[in-house]
Amino acid sequence: MRSVAVVGFAQAPNVRRTTGTANGVEMLVPIAHELYAQTGLEKRDIGFFCSGSSDYIAGRAFSFVMAVDAIGAWPPINESHVEMDAAWALYEAWVKLQTGEIDTALVYGFGKSSGSDLRRVLSLQLDPYYLAPLWPDSVSLAALQCRLGLDAGKWGEKDMAEVVARSRADARSNPNAQLSGDPTADDLLGEPYLADPLRRHDCAPITDGAAGVVLVAGERANEIRDTPAWITGFEHRIDAQNLGARDLTTAPSASSAAVAAGVDGASVAELHAPFSHQELILREAMGLGGEVRINPSGGPLCANPMFAAGLIRIGEAARRVWDGDAAKVVAHATSGPCLQQNLVCVMEAG
Amino acid sequence: MAGAGNGAVDKVLAAVVGTGQTKHTTKRDDVSIAGLCREAADRALDDAGMTWTDIDAVVIGKAPDLFEGVMMPELSMAEALGAVGKPLLRVHTAGSVGGSTAIVATSLVQAGIHQRVLTLAFEKQSESNAMWALSIPMPFSMPVHAGAGGYFAPHVRSYIRRSGAPTHVGAMVAAKDRRNGAKNPLAHLHQPDITVEKVQESMMLWDPIRFDETCPSSDGACAMVLVDENTADAHVSAGKGPAAWIHATAMRTEPTMFAGRDQVNPLAGREAAKALWEQAGITDPLEEIDVAEIYVPFSWFEPMWLENLGFVPEGDGWKLTESGETDLGGKLPINVSGGVLSSNPIGASGMIRFAEAAKQILGRCGEYQVEGARKALGHAYGGGSQFFAMWVVAADKPGV
Amino acid sequence: MSDAPMIVTPVRLDYEYSVSESETTFLTEVQRGRILGQRCPVCSKVYVPARASCPTDGVFLGEFVELPDRGIVTTFCVVNVPFLGQKIEPPYVAAYVLLDGADIAFQHLILGCPADEVRMGMKIEAVWKPEAEWTTSMENIDHFRPTGEPDADFETFSGHL
Repeated sequence: MRSVAVVGFAQAPNVRRTTGTANGVEMLVPIAHELYAQTGLEKRDIGFFCSGSSDYIAGRAFSFVMAVDAIGAWPPINESHVEMDAAWALYEAWVKLQTGEIDTALVYGFGKSSGSDLRRVLSLQLDPYYLAPLWPDSVSLAALQCRLGLDAGKWGEKDMAEVVARSRADARSNPNAQLSGDPTADDLLGEPYLADPLRRHDCAPITDGAAGVVLVAGERANEIRDTPAWITGFEHRIDAQNLGARDLTTAPSASSAAVAAGVDGASVAELHAPFSHQELILREAMGLGGEVRINPSGGPLCANPMFAAGLIRIGEAARRVWDGDAAKVVAHATSGPCLQQNLVCVMEAG
Repeated sequence: MAGAGNGAVDKVLAAVVGTGQTKHTTKRDDVSIAGLCREAADRALDDAGMTWTDIDAVVIGKAPDLFEGVMMPELSMAEALGAVGKPLLRVHTAGSVGGSTAIVATSLVQAGIHQRVLTLAFEKQSESNAMWALSIPMPFSMPVHAGAGGYFAPHVRSYIRRSGAPTHVGAMVAAKDRRNGAKNPLAHLHQPDITVEKVQESMMLWDPIRFDETCPSSDGACAMVLVDENTADAHVSAGKGPAAWIHATAMRTEPTMFAGRDQVNPLAGREAAKALWEQAGITDPLEEIDVAEIYVPFSWFEPMWLENLGFVPEGDGWKLTESGETDLGGKLPINVSGGVLSSNPIGASGMIRFAEAAKQILGRCGEYQVEGARKALGHAYGGGSQFFAMWVVAADKPGV
Repeated sequence: MSDAPMIVTPVRLDYEYSVSESETTFLTEVQRGRILGQRCPVCSKVYVPARASCPTDGVFLGEFVELPDRGIVTTFCVVNVPFLGQKIEPPYVAAYVLLDGADIAFQHLILGCPADEVRMGMKIEAVWKPEAEWTTSMENIDHFRPTGEPDADFETFSGHL
């Protein structure tokens, strides 16, 4: 495999609602400029652009097309798009780098969830014949998953509260976090339920946001970063969606992706768990022991821009390598209801 | 090309060993969305002499989800697609998606990441309303938008004006593609008796585009099995059939609208073609390509793309069409499968072009087989003529 | 027709649609009967309607430029076909309108002459709705009509096709 590193990462401020358009241009223009400034690269140095976004989040068909205006696609560029979190757009870019056709890639993702009722929109991800017509929303499905775990004794509400407390505290040092603070687990347990057994804070906030990452192959990465975050494992898998047909307290696709990517020895993991109990599921599924620091950025419970949040996990993890805080890190992204599809990216200092 | 590879990496050679499509039609009310996909995928696997367990990864593509009213339908189809426990990617690059999906799948093999990839593209647009999804009026703007035809018709007018093409050329393309489509059992529209005159008498939809010069709205799916060189060699040695070797792929994008944009002969298309021919070692496409499947949803795009792709100089596309050389038996048969004018499940159409090019190399086109076809072009475009994806497949390995 | 059971699942989702800051300025002025283009600080092209960014340079647009409500038809089609959600009754001429001083055309309606008399290069002027009906929308201009002046030479607008 060709050596490819994450050398640039930028994100928009994560906020409950922006005044900008659903096609993300206002958020993406500064992100692109920041990436070029960080890396010293110019638009014409980029061999491939790839993005991740969703028409149903934007409320219109072909919504990613308008976002292309943010990157200045002239002269014509080599470009593609996935209707998935931009973490998978990064995967597509990484694959293209492996073919040797290109040496650099810029990947971006965005989502303006404030424009609609996100919980309801996500119901449309469900089987259109049996499940979607009942409109079970995303929070309710996660709550069912949480109930299964609680009843099976796999975790307790206090464990969930501790995830939230730690996340909020860590987010205080993240200038881009939407939510942060200093609640204790007991404070949190005193809050009312939003969808029993989930409380509001157990659920990721609604966030408008965007992010971008730059990948570079080979020696050039060393010219850009003292300690580039070299990708040493990049895997993704999907489980069946049928919610009654699998054990929702596990995430087999996260397990197999983690094994294939090789997470052992990582000291930091950025996990895309939009619900507190899902972090507990992922830690076990991915074999991350107590010595691994989870979501030092505050994670999705403090900012969750749809279709960019997975990419942000990769960027945040990469930063720990650049800063010398960790020699091996793991980033995870998820898609679909109840951790149906999972991606794992392992990065290491050289 | 900026940031282009240093070429020091050895790309694995990839090949198509099987393709499958559904019978394209207005409304498949006999299958679910998953059933539609399965039909194409099962046929592709049969064509390749492989089974579901042979597949390492699945790459699926389709156009906007509003066409079915389902957000990311591949999620609820993971089992139907044989993807459980495997990697699944979903590509969406507007109308070119079928092509770009095939290119992403090809990259997975070329990168040495997977040996056998199933790639699939579909649209079950009867589930929702495609014309509505294409024309949703945007607040604050003037709702003149009239679907894809209304978008492209003014640019067709510009082409006719610029090139001085006689107006019957569009009708010639339509009659040719529908007549040839009648030879393709899977095509949506079968019109073996259509004539240029009948096309010219059909209703004007968006002047200058007439009803018979317009693609249908179809439900349909297309799938291919892409494998690495070792697998393809073994496939051929075992007598399972030939392989269609992928010699080159190219994708380019430009913005939908910008000051001074050439909407008729977009630079992104020209540059994609240039990169493609270079990668494939082709210096004279008109001579070296035996058959081409190009994305022609409205008849006039045939002469326009002939120029854009570099088969003929700018302004001369209509002359090649008018000469009859783009029909079966001609110098450069184009869209002998019937093309997009005969079947248009939007998300699948690009992949159908890529697959039909491969089928010509595999010798599986029956009545519309171009005899002795050894090198074929598959082409797709999307959006406001801004996304281009194309490939060259051939009977021999590159450099042979 | 098959015997497979069919269900119809109505999908209703409400979206709040926002325009960009540039478009907000544009629409606020259009409500006052003024058309503003916006210039790209890098390529200097004047875009109208105003938009968030320059599509070729990937930068926010800069200086606003007031434009006259007259110009030419670059190219057009005659829409004959009805479709779900259509707001204007066919047949109608959907044209690309290049205002004097703008570097890009936008889509609008041509009325005031038979559809088959509309030509590429035809000189046109805006016909506004009554002022009392003006809102933040390009629909304040009801349509464009021919001015009767000689057509623009093809070479003057061939670069906008």
